[in-house]
Amino acid sequence: MSDTQTSAEHRRVADDSDRWREALHRIVSGSWAVSLGAIVLAVLGGSIMIIVTDPGVQQASAYFFSRPSDTFAAIGSSVGGAYYALFRGAVWDFGADSFAGAIRPLTQSLTMATPLIMAGLGVAVGFRAGLFNIGGRGQMLVAAAAGGWIGFAVDMPWPLHMLVAVLAGMVAGAVWAGIAGVLKAYTGAHEVITTIMLNYVGFYLVSYLLATPGLLQAPGSSNPKTPHMLTSAIMPDLLGRRYNLHLGFIFALLAVAYVWWLLNRSSTGFAFRAVGENPAAAKVAGIDVPRTTVSVMLVAGALVGLAGVTQVLGTVTTGFSYDIDAGIGFDAITVALLGGSRPIGVMFAAILFGAFKAGGSVMQAAEGVPIEIVQVVQALIVLFIAAPPLVRAVFRLPQPGKRPKRGKRAARRQEVAA
Amino acid sequence: MTAATETEAVEPRHVTVVSRKAPVAFGVITLLYGLLLALASREGLTHFRFATDGDFVHLPSVALPAMTTAWVCGLIALVLTGLAFALTQAARKVPIWVSVLFAVAVLFGFLAWGGAGSDADFPIARLLASSVLLAVPLVFGALGGVLGERAGVVNIAIEAQLLAGAFTAAIVGSLTDSPWAGLVAAIAAGMLVALVLGVFAITYRVEQIIVGVVLNVLVIGLTSFFYSQVLVPDAQRLNSTTRFGSWAIPGLSGIPVIGPALFRQSVIVYLMYIAVPAVWFAMFRTRWGLRLRAVGEHPQAADTVGIKVEGMRYAGILVAGGVVGIGGAFYTVVSVSSFGKEMTAGAGFIALAAVIFGKWDPVRAAMAALLFGAASSLQGALSIVRAPVPSQFMLMLPYVVTILAVAGFVGRSRPPAADGTPYVKE
Repeated sequence: MSDTQTSAEHRRVADDSDRWREALHRIVSGSWAVSLGAIVLAVLGGSIMIIVTDPGVQQASAYFFSRPSDTFAAIGSSVGGAYYALFRGAVWDFGADSFAGAIRPLTQSLTMATPLIMAGLGVAVGFRAGLFNIGGRGQMLVAAAAGGWIGFAVDMPWPLHMLVAVLAGMVAGAVWAGIAGVLKAYTGAHEVITTIMLNYVGFYLVSYLLATPGLLQAPGSSNPKTPHMLTSAIMPDLLGRRYNLHLGFIFALLAVAYVWWLLNRSSTGFAFRAVGENPAAAKVAGIDVPRTTVSVMLVAGALVGLAGVTQVLGTVTTGFSYDIDAGIGFDAITVALLGGSRPIGVMFAAILFGAFKAGGSVMQAAEGVPIEIVQVVQALIVLFIAAPPLVRAVFRLPQPGKRPKRGKRAARRQEVAA
Repeated sequence: MTAATETEAVEPRHVTVVSRKAPVAFGVITLLYGLLLALASREGLTHFRFATDGDFVHLPSVALPAMTTAWVCGLIALVLTGLAFALTQAARKVPIWVSVLFAVAVLFGFLAWGGAGSDADFPIARLLASSVLLAVPLVFGALGGVLGERAGVVNIAIEAQLLAGAFTAAIVGSLTDSPWAGLVAAIAAGMLVALVLGVFAITYRVEQIIVGVVLNVLVIGLTSFFYSQVLVPDAQRLNSTTRFGSWAIPGLSGIPVIGPALFRQSVIVYLMYIAVPAVWFAMFRTRWGLRLRAVGEHPQAADTVGIKVEGMRYAGILVAGGVVGIGGAFYTVVSVSSFGKEMTAGAGFIALAAVIFGKWDPVRAAMAALLFGAASSLQGALSIVRAPVPSQFMLMLPYVVTILAVAGFVGRSRPPAADGTPYVKE
């Protein structure tokens, strides 16, 4: 995606009359037009899934040729109902009697988005440095285990306790990702493979800790589950007890600002991006590539770890089990891709996916549409975004490398004149 | 990489590069094993049962003194480690039988230690049989992975192909009441996922790892969605397959211990016995296989001599998808007779691990898959005798081994040169 932008920047503006055309062209051929197109296509795909599995549509389509309008009405009501429920669960509750109640779904979406922002940033930092961090699951689990243990087993006063627990989680995540970083830097082991494997190692490690009395398991219980977090470690609610939105969201916004500063304004971030663009050139320029690789993974792991520890101290404070990652580690990859690996983009992508998540559960409850459809729509979005030529072909958007038609003619005229 | 080619260019005779990693790995494992025995000594006998019902020759069960057996195995492991060191010193490769023997010795000793003092006996034959069964989807997955990666397409979507195969086999097998139809449908489903992978990875040149990861999410989502929307409400008609029965091969199935484990199985297991050498033969003894590997190693060169790179890559991953699909069918027409949400449970990733551990070679990858199957069946057996090893650590083993393999501690794993890079014709 970055090369489309650079090519757009490098494009020479021929004459004044072409400026607006150029600007428009830049917008429609830029990555966000593709993102929008991808979202539209994916939502269409989701609609088809709802339509073919809806019993009302199936009944009506049995006599499609005698009364086609029934089928279309059934399609309309199934798809419309599903997306209405999705919106009601994600943004605005029309049924609520007060503003405070109506706004609740929106805060729920932001709560869901909180860990996605953090983990998405972690994956995005890796992407910018040319590293695929697929180990979100493992990093979140070990972070939850470390932070959670501090959260329920250690006694400390409030702000300190929470901060120490958060820090412990971040360190654990960083260490877990750091293993993959060290292996990549010093033995050449591909980080995709090692992070996938570390997911499973982390999962079984945390399962063991959870199933062993005296480690993470709640005393007097045989379930693989930890005790409640202590009050002094819990992230307080931001908008009062009515809403689930907690301090973690502020942490997420701080993380966005930090990653933006890191990537765009710091020399460390410059080294990250240089290694990502061209490791050989980075080496020639005097950047220690192996060392940078390790630090990228440490930063990425710390961010994903923050997501893990936020889950246990903010969202699920009643004790956690080995499913605490809730698929966020994988969703983070799609979030990072949708956000173009840029901090602000990641934030918006995470809020979109958080809204899908919050709305999806309401949709499942109200309309009986399984929540897995959200997963499918997310996967489709990323698949389409990853293949811009496909989306451009579907929506007939211009190619970024090409000049708009009239511009081309103008350029030719200039050539002739020269 | 560049440094290596440069040194080779300067002194072309210096070609014997012997890795010391194998003996070092052996040494570390032997040391850990010895420490385990020394620190956690256990009393009593370990019972091994070799016979199953209906054996030709009925072998008696054996009760061995646990610690003695374990120490003897340790000694064998030590000798093999010494041998490996000697071989490396003499600048020779450590042959594969040394590694296999080493693994068997350590495993057997570990079993003896784990089962010490327990009344329940280790059903060795059943252990073997369940190892083979647990390995079936892994072997097919690994074969598919090898085929794809040798053609230059990284396939992270093995999991998706297995799941799609299992799902389709369940529906088609239930509707037609024929496991064969289910098997064919599973192959088609695996190929369909491979086709999507191909369209994005080969034609649109999307980063292959992204496509793979996303395909996994997509297929998990799709199958789970249709499972709860379509299969659950109509389970009797759509989700209860007829399974393949077990066929005993006359003669071979009468061999004690390994006979019932290997030759009293279902069609798909026999297909696996055929598939491994077949894939090997296709890849290393046919023109098609040579071209496939050429496309994966050096697409420019292949293109220069007139091989259609993209076509060859499509062919590779489609065949691979079909092979993985057979493994997917195993879940619903052999193992159990209905589909369940995410029933493959990460087998695709273990298969991927087997591909790497097997150094992108079909036979070695299949062996690695068998080893991983054995590790999970061992976990079941150890819980029967209540061994003091947490099951989670046994389950963790394949992944740890893979990390070590990728890091280069267990031999050198070198992927095909053009693996993962789309070919852009100039």
